[in-house]
Amino acid sequence: MTLQAFLQVLASGLLMGLLYALIAVGLSLIFGLMDVVNFAHGEFLMVAMYATFGLWLATSLDPVVLMPAVTALMFVLGALAYFGVVRFAMRARTNVGMVQIFATFGLAVLIQGLAQFFFSPDYRSIPKSWLGGKTLDIAGVFLPLPQVFGGLISLLAFAGLYLLMDRTDFGKALEATREDQGAVALVGIDRNRVFALGWGLGVALVGLAGVVLAIFYYIHPHVGGPFALIAYVVVALGGFGSVFGALAAGLIVGVIEALAATVLPPAMKSIAVYLLYLGVVFVRPSGLFGRL
Amino acid sequence: MLPDDHATEGGRALLTVDRLTTAYRGLIAISEISISVARGEIVVVAGANGAGKSTLLKSIAGMEKPRDGAVSFLGKRIDTLPGHEITALGLAYVPENKRLFPRLTVADNLRLGSYLHRSKPDRDAPLETVFTLFPRLKERLGQRAGTLSGGEQQMLAISRALMTRPALLMLDEPSQGIMPKLVDEIFAAVQSIRKTGVTVLLVEQRLAESLDIADRAYVLQTGRLVLDGTAKEVRDHPDIRRVYLGM
Repeated sequence: MTLQAFLQVLASGLLMGLLYALIAVGLSLIFGLMDVVNFAHGEFLMVAMYATFGLWLATSLDPVVLMPAVTALMFVLGALAYFGVVRFAMRARTNVGMVQIFATFGLAVLIQGLAQFFFSPDYRSIPKSWLGGKTLDIAGVFLPLPQVFGGLISLLAFAGLYLLMDRTDFGKALEATREDQGAVALVGIDRNRVFALGWGLGVALVGLAGVVLAIFYYIHPHVGGPFALIAYVVVALGGFGSVFGALAAGLIVGVIEALAATVLPPAMKSIAVYLLYLGVVFVRPSGLFGRL
Repeated sequence: MLPDDHATEGGRALLTVDRLTTAYRGLIAISEISISVARGEIVVVAGANGAGKSTLLKSIAGMEKPRDGAVSFLGKRIDTLPGHEITALGLAYVPENKRLFPRLTVADNLRLGSYLHRSKPDRDAPLETVFTLFPRLKERLGQRAGTLSGGEQQMLAISRALMTRPALLMLDEPSQGIMPKLVDEIFAAVQSIRKTGVTVLLVEQRLAESLDIADRAYVLQTGRLVLDGTAKEVRDHPDIRRVYLGM
């Protein structure tokens, strides 16, 4: 492999990795906050892609312009998922873990079914947009503009998340709730409100990724599954609940996948990612930055 | 003996607990307890292990749901409210196990205490009180709460509660598991806290020391109220002298 080809693979991998990190961070945030694994995470990604597509059809505005609206919508959907489903699952008196798994899994099945019913299983795409199909040429390394945009959005989202957690009262309330959800009432914090906002935030983050993906990827009711699978690997690799572990792990997964694609047949490129995952789980089950 | 009416003399009580009963899994932990606390008092609830003292505080603070009875604070029924709303009304509670946020710094724990207060003066004023009470917390601001000594954790837990700017502070066994020297410091702090205008309801096993600083006392035994009166009356009661004070 020439240096140029290597740089090309590395850059593509890093950009995809940033997007994987953005998809995974909401999952990790929600898990860290309340020990609930959201099995409907991929479906929220799919909904965000359809929302972008639908709004583009209706308004013919560019996805980049639609991003704030879709993100806000996803925030509301996340909070509703907490109030409508997860809150009740958490009240289970026995086998809470199982009840939560089936509640979010059921939500996933429901969202997929609704998408099939209303949007049909057809593949859709946004054929023309500001960024779609365009590339950036940096000294012979070609970077697709939608992915560059996605990488920037991901970095901005992580920076924003850092500021939120480190500087704001709400960030401290999130941290306190993940430490001891039974104790926050002692300082006047309503944990249900924090949980709902946490779900809103987590789903809004995957919504950001959905808008980016809608620019260059096919949109269909099952599009979320493969991305969700990678998100679970990223979260486990980075450490369950660790927000910045998700960033590091996303980048690692993106690069490994890109490198594997150059030596393995295309159909097998994911194998390297899952092998890496298995290795980490054996050596360090809590993930790279996990607390478990 | 019925609950006395000292607390209601010349004005309404700050806190009134009326025939409160709480059960865990069908077992009665406290039965028909009635107490009252007036503004500016230090009231101690005493009794042996398992007498139901902690259950009483948990039931008042909204951490345990009472089966029967009523709790009123500032003239408002609070026994059906969730814990965070009770805190917001001005009733702060430091549980026996403190429930600090151990991975967060001392500064962040204090900051969370003033979560309900957005304005700078509302945050700075109690912070100053807290640093006057426990100067050593100021030196520990950047340290994680979980790395503090038992006594310092107790100080932080009391301070976090004071940051909510309460009218009533409920403390559950603040002297438990800390060095004797710090015990005196904690009891002295309780007296200073009262001087800042905060009423204190204290649960303690150290009866002699707590009667020294209290105005009135209630004594619980196996979930029932068996004695109440002024601190002096309780201290001089023959049963108390024999059983608790070893005289």
